[in-house]
Amino acid sequence: MTTPKTTATEAPAETAPAGHELLRLDNVGVRLGGRQILSGVSFTVAPGQFTGIIGPNGAGKTTLLRVILGLTPATEGHVLRSGSPRPRRGGPLIGYVPQKLAIDQDVPLRARDVVALGIDGHKLGFPLPSAKRRDQIAEALGAVGAEEYADARIGELSGGEQQRVLIAHALIGKPKLLLLDEPLANLDLKSEQGIVSVLAGLAHDQGIAVLISAHDLNPLLRAIDTVVYVAAGRAAAGPADEVIRTEVLSALYGSHVDVLNVRGRILVIAGDEQQEPQAHHTTETGIVTSGDRD
Amino acid sequence: MGHFFSYIVEPGLLSSGPVRTAILVGTVVAVTSGVVGVLTVIRGQSFAGHALADVATTGGAGAFLAGLDQFWGFLIAGVAGAAIMELIGVQRRRGRDVATGVVLGAALGAAALFLYLGTQTSSTTGASFTILFGSMFVISPDTVPALIASGVLALAVIAVLSRVLLLTSLNPELAAARGVPVRAVGIAYLAALAVAVSLSAVVIGAVLSTALLIGPAATSLRITKRPGLAMLASALTGTAAIWLGILLAYDSYYWPPHGHGWSVSFFVVALVVVGYLLSFVRRPRRRDRRAQVAAKAQEEAPACSPA
Repeated sequence: MTTPKTTATEAPAETAPAGHELLRLDNVGVRLGGRQILSGVSFTVAPGQFTGIIGPNGAGKTTLLRVILGLTPATEGHVLRSGSPRPRRGGPLIGYVPQKLAIDQDVPLRARDVVALGIDGHKLGFPLPSAKRRDQIAEALGAVGAEEYADARIGELSGGEQQRVLIAHALIGKPKLLLLDEPLANLDLKSEQGIVSVLAGLAHDQGIAVLISAHDLNPLLRAIDTVVYVAAGRAAAGPADEVIRTEVLSALYGSHVDVLNVRGRILVIAGDEQQEPQAHHTTETGIVTSGDRD
Repeated sequence: MGHFFSYIVEPGLLSSGPVRTAILVGTVVAVTSGVVGVLTVIRGQSFAGHALADVATTGGAGAFLAGLDQFWGFLIAGVAGAAIMELIGVQRRRGRDVATGVVLGAALGAAALFLYLGTQTSSTTGASFTILFGSMFVISPDTVPALIASGVLALAVIAVLSRVLLLTSLNPELAAARGVPVRAVGIAYLAALAVAVSLSAVVIGAVLSTALLIGPAATSLRITKRPGLAMLASALTGTAAIWLGILLAYDSYYWPPHGHGWSVSFFVVALVVVGYLLSFVRRPRRRDRRAQVAAKAQEEAPACSPA
């Protein structure tokens, strides 16, 4: 399957001043198992920038995050992290919060234990408790507003509470770049807003570059600085009002796309007449599409 | 009081050589199985533990045929089984279960053959019984140093890898992103599990060995929410089951049918199960937390109505 080279270069790109960017993707493509998952993805991320990787399910968002993390190699193009092409695994540069974990209720880890694993969970041996360690953990829990349930088992917390604890886990290593895979999935409106404001605070007050993937743009619309819209394996990057437009998204999907603004909520309607009608789904995601890749 | 005590603890219990060996080895095994077991339960690999026990049965039966001590058979087969499971298994849980199941079936088939050949050549069923259901009182004193050394080695592996294992159990992807060699860690852990299962097989038999591995761990995970404490509680629970089991088995010599002691493995396993059931009796904290969450959710419900 080949995809026409359009997209990112045509789309307006938010570019950080040269040398100041934490992350740069140049024309990145990924082939997995003979399938082109991503192609021609370019964008940059600067310190303190809040970026949303938006797109329908199956568009390649998770693959893009894995490429940035260095877990999946880019088969084309370059990924530079702090100007270096080598992913520094386990290093302090990138903090990561994976997609919704299924955590068993009986896992004997308190919220504070999970956060503690963020300090040295990748190291050998066992940690000795110290005042410095306790303070570090308290600080990270405070930064995400999770002090209240620090001593509860992680498996017994609600989705939103778990998400906050995992953000604290990622934060405690003092990363420059924080990556979150669908942190808003399956959250109620209130928890969703809580997480978005925590993340916006980290980006705008603490200067951490925050990169978050989501299938719905709307909860993020007011908070994020940059949208990387991923569809059909390609991506367009820039401020939301420049990217989420009929021309840009139509070029991305390779078919006509309507962008509707319904009472402040943005709906992206991507339809392809050749697809079966049941592939059209109108959900609360804000993206209506039949052009999804699986 | 003194009379009552001597009624419970039979005079001469602690001066018997086999009993002393049983207490020493049983304690080492209970601590090893208890600690390794907590991680087995957390990682959801109880089935792998059970399969390794079945593989160990094959090894034990083979060792009997070859005239070796059972422990070496258990250990060699257990470690080999763990390696095969890791080789053909994938990281996903479903693939892991399938790989485990295949190894298990093949191993039990071979065990059936070995045990059959064993009974044909030695004309005694005692050996097969010991391999399958164990007896702490027939542990050969010659193997005691090897048993203790293996237990200490398995505990050392777990101590060194404890944090990494917890992080991997929480989420393998997260661990990989932090630079943890998830696969290598999994192999080291499986090796420690194979050692724990082999030790447990020596004490309560290959078929029952999972009881000592999973039971105390599951019990401790019900009563504490801290990983370090869970390992400690699990080791203590297992040790208590072994000690009490030995005591009861020794006393059972005077129980009906008179003159035939009951199987010590039975007592240990029964005590482990009783311990697990007791852990269900009182768990107020968790219910509090749930009620708290439910109350909070109800309180916040009006705020969540669509705007």
